[in-house]
Amino acid sequence: MSPSVYVPCDSGARSLGADAVAKAIASEAKKRQLPVEIVRTGSRGLYWLEPMVEVTNSGKRLAYGPSTAAEVPALFDADFLHGGNHRLALGDADEIPYLKCQERLTFARLGIVDPVSLDDYVKHGGYRGLERALALSPEQVVEEVTVSGLRGRGGAGFPAGIKWRTTLQTNAPQKYVVANADEGDSGTFADRMIMEGDPFVLIEGMTIAAIAAGATLGYIYLRSEYPHSLRVLEAAISAAEAKGYLGENIFGSGKRFTLEVRVGAGAYICGEETAMLESLEGKRGMVRFKPPVPAISGLFGRPSIINNVVTLASVPIILERGGAFYKDFGMGRSRGTVPIQLAGNVKRPGLIEKAFGISLREIIYDYGDGTASGRPLRAVQVGGPLGAYFPESLLDLPFDYEAMAAQGGLLGHGGIVVFDDKVDLARQAHYAMEFCALESCGKCTPCRIGSTRGMEVIDRILAGRDGEKAGQLELLRDLCDTMTAGSLCALGGLTPLPVISALKHFPQDFGLEAVKT
Amino acid sequence: MTTETQWTTLNLGPQRQPSLMNHQHSWDRTVVESIAHALKDRPGALMPILRRIQDEMGWVPRDSVPMLAEILNLSRAEVHGVLTFYHDFRHEPPGRNVVKVCRAESCQAMGGEALAEHVKRRLGCEFGATRADGAFTLEPVYCLGNCACSPAVVINGELLGRVTPDRFDAAVATLDRNNR
Repeated sequence: MSPSVYVPCDSGARSLGADAVAKAIASEAKKRQLPVEIVRTGSRGLYWLEPMVEVTNSGKRLAYGPSTAAEVPALFDADFLHGGNHRLALGDADEIPYLKCQERLTFARLGIVDPVSLDDYVKHGGYRGLERALALSPEQVVEEVTVSGLRGRGGAGFPAGIKWRTTLQTNAPQKYVVANADEGDSGTFADRMIMEGDPFVLIEGMTIAAIAAGATLGYIYLRSEYPHSLRVLEAAISAAEAKGYLGENIFGSGKRFTLEVRVGAGAYICGEETAMLESLEGKRGMVRFKPPVPAISGLFGRPSIINNVVTLASVPIILERGGAFYKDFGMGRSRGTVPIQLAGNVKRPGLIEKAFGISLREIIYDYGDGTASGRPLRAVQVGGPLGAYFPESLLDLPFDYEAMAAQGGLLGHGGIVVFDDKVDLARQAHYAMEFCALESCGKCTPCRIGSTRGMEVIDRILAGRDGEKAGQLELLRDLCDTMTAGSLCALGGLTPLPVISALKHFPQDFGLEAVKT
Repeated sequence: MTTETQWTTLNLGPQRQPSLMNHQHSWDRTVVESIAHALKDRPGALMPILRRIQDEMGWVPRDSVPMLAEILNLSRAEVHGVLTFYHDFRHEPPGRNVVKVCRAESCQAMGGEALAEHVKRRLGCEFGATRADGAFTLEPVYCLGNCACSPAVVINGELLGRVTPDRFDAAVATLDRNNR
């Protein structure tokens, strides 16, 4: 058997030259007449080491990275195919502390399997959750998800079991399962990693949801910024259909479920579930009033289970190992694990799947090793463009839904963006308003117009003389209150979070002494 | 021996790029018509239709609105409303090369603003505009999901991470000389 070389095929690794590395390995092997099998995988999520290639040696996966195409001949000279020593050698990939200290449940197969190989997926424990789900009644499947304590990982944190039960209990001739893959928050990439590195886990999760609710049609609403995810998902769906894991008779159970990927068109608001439904129906992505909730009246007015990619991808292991197993991870009302996405100005950016409760400080310093620039850390934004900016003094906050909310922030989709001391928080606050103005669907006046007025007021605070600032500040707070209370969805409702937190923790950037908030 | 198929199964070649070499606003009605007819029976058909027109032609002519409205039995206002809602749908043909620069927070934290200024100077083009000679269209994008490799840029569909001004210039230099 020829030795296998694993080269990531994830967008992030490819953006750093992984394809060139794979090509160089192929041509170098040919030149040296060495038999080699190149397997393209997802990413392990250790992005500062990408492209990280791996070889198998005495049952271990030995890693080398960050590699470049130019370095490939030297890797061959060092006999990396058989674990030879080289400047880039990282040893056993599973023993790299960044990876070893994680609790990988949902992301267990990432970077290990060939994403479009169904055999590989099954060999690594895939489809055991679905198998068990088919042996249970729909009520029992929903019960497992409820017991697990799984909450929506897209940002809202709504208990998945409650959504599922509602859809199950609503009678209708047609029900849907929709995966929200419109991962628009800056600093987040967990959905993309799943779709590119282990798409079958999403497909399996959606199939379980369909069986639980009695849905026969599913959609993955994918943002257009992820063209590679589309290619991988479509290849995976075809493979699943060909083997009877999707289609008219799943696993020979007589149950039916078909799945289609729909690509968005660059509107951040379509990550909001009702705007996404409108878009799937071929309309403008305008937010809907709730109630009725989508679990009762969703896509095309039918009951629909709508969950984020990571939420659905967490379902197979919950069914396989049981809700109680999953619930054992985490703290308080935040159960299970969360994929933390560490990005921005940090030395070791990447994906960290951990039980809820780890502190921001541990994430940023123990995992991330501080700022990439080497300058002092000044602010972190947690939870995407609608998340709060926290100063260094708040880094002991535990990463969980309630703790973030208690400090005027949110956990969102689990992204953390680190900034060094060059950041200007007034500018970031201005950007938050600007982004809201750009992406508002326009339905609610406070969001549509308030965001533009917000930019103007911040400009005036920055330009104003000391005596005039107090009035403008009051205006900004009042505007933020109106947006919070007067917007239907999270875009208008939460844009004030980054603005108010910037003002509260970094008043000097607005030319103010510490102010009361 | 090396099995090329192992990693070519995912079609790793460059993404299909719109073949828009002329910069006149002429367009082929039959392309739009055949896309619309092929997809019109799918649920929520307007979005997949606009999406495919955009992907194949690189833009969606406003003049196609009446045709789409008729085929889908929608009002022109409805089609116009959808067409103008989404950032992806261009109303004019793009330049021969399309460059997108991420302007979102993670890239900002890694020098994205300075990179954006460099790109504007290098291409001689503002965001949201096409250079007068039609060589480049420069667009902002708000997160490419490559935040762990910030700052990120897309050149003709190819995603680049950890981009420095030098790396950007090198990538532009590899573009077909005739198209630059």
